[in-house]
Amino acid sequence: MSQSHTVNISGHKVDENKPLSAKDKHWAGVKKYWYLITLVVPVSILISAGLSYATEQGAWMWLLAAVFWIGIPVVDGIVREDSFNPTAEQELELQKESSYYKNILYFATILNWIALVTITYVVISGDWSWYHVLGAVLSVGALHAVGLTMSHELGHKMNDKTQVLFAQIGSAGSGYAHFNIEHNKGHHKDVATKEDPASSRMGENIYKFALRELPGAAVRGWTLEAERLKRQKRSVFSLHNELLQTLLITVVGYVAMTYFIGLAALPFLLASAAYGWFHLTMANYIEHYGLLRQTLENGRYERCQPHHSWNNNFKASNLLTLHLQRHSDHHAHPTRAYQLLRDYDDAPQLPHGYPAMMGLALFPPAWRYVMDRRVVDWADGDMNKVNIDPTKRDAIFKKFHSEPLKKNEPIAA
Amino acid sequence: MAQYQCPDCSYIYDESVGCEREGYPAGTKWEDVPEDFPCPDCFVREKPDFEELA
Repeated sequence: MSQSHTVNISGHKVDENKPLSAKDKHWAGVKKYWYLITLVVPVSILISAGLSYATEQGAWMWLLAAVFWIGIPVVDGIVREDSFNPTAEQELELQKESSYYKNILYFATILNWIALVTITYVVISGDWSWYHVLGAVLSVGALHAVGLTMSHELGHKMNDKTQVLFAQIGSAGSGYAHFNIEHNKGHHKDVATKEDPASSRMGENIYKFALRELPGAAVRGWTLEAERLKRQKRSVFSLHNELLQTLLITVVGYVAMTYFIGLAALPFLLASAAYGWFHLTMANYIEHYGLLRQTLENGRYERCQPHHSWNNNFKASNLLTLHLQRHSDHHAHPTRAYQLLRDYDDAPQLPHGYPAMMGLALFPPAWRYVMDRRVVDWADGDMNKVNIDPTKRDAIFKKFHSEPLKKNEPIAA
Repeated sequence: MAQYQCPDCSYIYDESVGCEREGYPAGTKWEDVPEDFPCPDCFVREKPDFEELA
């Protein structure tokens, strides 16, 4: 049977005549409800707080950390992948229902703040061991990480004031005030280049990356916002500064909690926030490891395409993070809403979902054992095409580099 | 007043509207927008990529 192709809203070919299996049809119908699984995150924190308080068993404070690091990877391992892409007709349907998908984000953003206040109250007002509090910090860090995922999705819709406001409220939960500015205008513009502090290099371990990414992103966010305000002929220290707006929400929220709950709330909130930032660093680390956009003859970088981001289709973690792991399409088309993000056959694939891969990244030799050969395969052995840590360059070339069979033609502009 | 469109996300730069939030007031001519101006919605296309609308 001949297949005709139509071009979908993101400009990619879609097999129109390819009949959907009954299973795919069913999944297309019910997937919208499965995204609600993302609410497991704030709800786990609320359950933690409630059960710790009611039973005086502080072990409950580990609940979300356990769900994130053990529960999700195990479910991912059992349920495996979801590579379903909607048809062109279904895409129109998904666009029409966009308010449903946005409402999930708004609701999650509010619930995240409620969960943060509740667990902070329970942690500070009770008499807990240090390891119970540690569990709470690790759990709240995971809450912040998924909260930043929500604010990430909202923050990309720069032409919608409501979504931008909720993005700021979301980022403020962990005090990551520069995130939305730096991510859209910095990371997306420079992704998979040597200049991007949020794209990890082959051979760079996560701890070294964190020391480059955390300050690098903060400086870039501030610089970009200062440049914007300068063009607007406004002071950088004004309420028009979107970074300071977000920071103000954090300050009001954290000071209010400290005032009403107790002074000990402040170090707990700050420690949890800092760990939440590291969670985001872990995500950034695994999303573009080693991948590099080539330079064109005109001196510009080639456009970001699906093969410039590590993709993965693991079902449970993708629902939890609202398709963040369909990262290849996200970077190729950053304004696409999460329910529309597609899988690509030619995108490089991570071997597991984000939580498992982030855990792996914490053990650099294990990470490099799993990922380095994938980067080499991606570059067809030509290490000139790879984003490499300069201090590891010689060792990596010696170990992995092979000359391409034919000399590559220069890439046309 | 001319209009220019981002080929990825369809954002339109309309000279009569400008792009206030990025600091280009209404009436800013396309030629006065810097070459490294990124699309203010998707940030993955720049001025040279934009297409003039007929």
